[in-house]
Amino acid sequence: MKVAKRTFDAVIVGAGGAGLRAALQLSEAGLKTAVLTKVFPTRSHTVAAQGGVAASLGNSTEDNWHWHMYDTVKGSDWLGDQDAIEFMVKKANEVVVELEHFGMPFDRTDNGKIYQRPFGGHSQNYGQTPVSRSCAAADRTGHAMLHALYQRNVRANTQFFVEWMAMDLIRNADGDVLGVTAMEMETGEVSIFHAKATIFATGGSGRIYYSSTNAFINTGDGVGMAARAGIPLEDMEFWQFHPTGVAGAGVLITEGVRGEGGILRNASGERFMERYAPNLKDLASRDVVSRSMVTEINEGRGCGSEKDHVLLDITHLSPETINKRLPGIREISIQFAGVDPIKAPIPVVPTCHYQMGGIPTNYKGQVVVPKDGNSNVPVAGFYAAGECACASVHGANRLGTNSLLDLLVFGKAAGETVVADFQSGQLTLKPLPENAADVSLARIARLESQTNGEEVHEVRLAMQRTMQKHAGVFRFADMLKEGVTKILEVAERAKHTQIKDKSKVWNTARTEALELDNLIEVAKATMVSAEARKESRGAHVRDDAIDCAETPNGRDDKNWLKHTLWFSEGNRLDYKPVNLQPMSADVEPIALAKRTY
Amino acid sequence: MSSKRTVQFKIYRYDPDKDAAPYMQDISVELEESDKKLLDALVRLKAKDDSLSFRRSCREGVCGSDAMNINGKNGLACLTSMDDIAQPITLRPLPGLPVIRDVIVDMTQFFKQYHSIKPYLINNEPAPERERLQSPEDRDELNGLYECILCACCSTSCPSFWWNPDKFVGPAGLLAAYRFLADTRDQATSERLDNLEDPYRLFRCHSIMNCVDVCPKHLNPTKAIGKIKDMMVRRAV
Repeated sequence: MKVAKRTFDAVIVGAGGAGLRAALQLSEAGLKTAVLTKVFPTRSHTVAAQGGVAASLGNSTEDNWHWHMYDTVKGSDWLGDQDAIEFMVKKANEVVVELEHFGMPFDRTDNGKIYQRPFGGHSQNYGQTPVSRSCAAADRTGHAMLHALYQRNVRANTQFFVEWMAMDLIRNADGDVLGVTAMEMETGEVSIFHAKATIFATGGSGRIYYSSTNAFINTGDGVGMAARAGIPLEDMEFWQFHPTGVAGAGVLITEGVRGEGGILRNASGERFMERYAPNLKDLASRDVVSRSMVTEINEGRGCGSEKDHVLLDITHLSPETINKRLPGIREISIQFAGVDPIKAPIPVVPTCHYQMGGIPTNYKGQVVVPKDGNSNVPVAGFYAAGECACASVHGANRLGTNSLLDLLVFGKAAGETVVADFQSGQLTLKPLPENAADVSLARIARLESQTNGEEVHEVRLAMQRTMQKHAGVFRFADMLKEGVTKILEVAERAKHTQIKDKSKVWNTARTEALELDNLIEVAKATMVSAEARKESRGAHVRDDAIDCAETPNGRDDKNWLKHTLWFSEGNRLDYKPVNLQPMSADVEPIALAKRTY
Repeated sequence: MSSKRTVQFKIYRYDPDKDAAPYMQDISVELEESDKKLLDALVRLKAKDDSLSFRRSCREGVCGSDAMNINGKNGLACLTSMDDIAQPITLRPLPGLPVIRDVIVDMTQFFKQYHSIKPYLINNEPAPERERLQSPEDRDELNGLYECILCACCSTSCPSFWWNPDKFVGPAGLLAAYRFLADTRDQATSERLDNLEDPYRLFRCHSIMNCVDVCPKHLNPTKAIGKIKDMMVRRAV
């Protein structure tokens, strides 16, 4: 097969919030940039974010970045790198105000400033009282943000390759990244995108689980590509289960509902979060709320005929508030739960939502790997930002509204780093290896000729069921062990998937088969990393971790205060230290403490 | 209602790689109890016939991918309930745009019109250190406008867009145009109106209101277009 070659200064894979924010930086600096995206940019999953983006603007209640930093470190259960966290919270006001200048339609306070609402885990005065830190456009913040970023890119004449699916990362013998291969979905043709810099902004991989708030497109493409190309994946055992997915449907109900005063109730109508988090109650951190809900359900206090969910109640809020601040939620609730939340509570259940781990980066957006005894050596030409990356600012548990902040701050930072590296002459176009597209062509050829294989949807379902059962909200040593065996079996099956559709044109059967290759890498990384981590921390909680003075909440800082690195080749694990040192002298390190809300 | 039910479809099929011409395929599928929406049924159908091609992503009506013509009316598959839909469910691509394959259309013309209205805030004053202020009332003017998901249900249900997709901006693009005209932060009002003052770009709208009827987000492009026309009149007198 003839493979076309295109050459750019930079190629960005993904056009969600992080990709678009990075693209803007590059376009405005005049770099010849290609943005590859398998969906039209405004269809990216950033569009589904609801509740807001964090920034300590202090428009409604007193606030500052020190408090935001403390909350984020505590939320991460101290697994977040404090230099990256300091960088992010300090940049928050700048990137949010910039968005407002780009035209984002934020809601407003009476004096015309950006409206802010309380959100889980965000507090004043180091954990004392809830703070209004989430900058919101009703409950459609992600939509408003993604469209504003796309619009700004239209203004900047960014060059998009829409409905192009990136397939494989191209590296040379030194490990430098030289671009990607990608398939045009309309024609099925594979091209090489040869570039001085490659930025991955491919989003999360939430579709490894059976029940997920994530879009169909969230198949971990960048994460899978990186893993197959020898880049380790960091902290993949940490998955956020959002407390409030619509029971049965999985569709997200924003934490902003609780920020506006919503209350979780069990079968007897009790506000059970008072027992688990006496201080922040329903606005405790997401991992804490999800575990409390599952405990209620497991102990027989769930709602409905199957006692398999709890209720999110906003019937005490005025219809005016609901229609003004939560109009999208009302619609989703009517559509997917068959309930008008003005009149009746919404049935909800913890649902897989966000991948805290990902491709290891530093706070500049450079992808970093261990080399010659140093844990964080940048890979020449390779950058990543947003959910696919792990900076690590979320550590073991992300706070709500910190994801939109992450993609703005690190999308911009990655863009700025590429521009700086480009302008200083550090970035050069290195020669492509012979047959740089061979791996991708072989994957397509296999799907062309595969017979007697299983169908893609069968293998995908087996993976999703395995992940759901063996690596859920609560984890058990024996189940994890069994899960590793099972997921490796599923991975074997995925090598022999078969598609009936052989068309060149918009072949979604083929796309789904290629996506499964990426999902499988993520699923393996998750299960293997989770099995190995013998402690409870943030979203990773296992039955054999004991809560005592030495290991508070089962967290074992002596042995496990470290980042996991999983390598696809050899299915091997390594670890690297957590950076407990902030970036500057402006702030003291946030000292380790037991996490309570 | 029994937990399993079989649903009949009539689907527009066309694969340029193998079909000489498009055809309507009769096909049925057994649904699981959890299959509540048309998109769930299509995913079930694709498991049976993996060659069926359609776009989809968020499955909650916010990304705008899965617009198609459903029993003669444009809509999103993910927001169409299987409970109140007549069978056989007839699915066709959005009308008026070139078909690439099955119900996947080429949306180039649609996005070209969207881009033609300069869909971004224009404000050439130096950016202040903090946010530009906007009163809650002024911000409310953007409600019903900014929520557009660019699914193209409206423009592809509009006869004026069918006849002149290259000249008439269409309801989606005009809704976006008014979104910026209505924004107190935007300074390009007269430039924007100049851009639309043309026998086709704006004035091909004859208030047929198909756009309002089909919008899955309950937006009202006709009303927005009326407001643009008002602005034109007001600046002329």
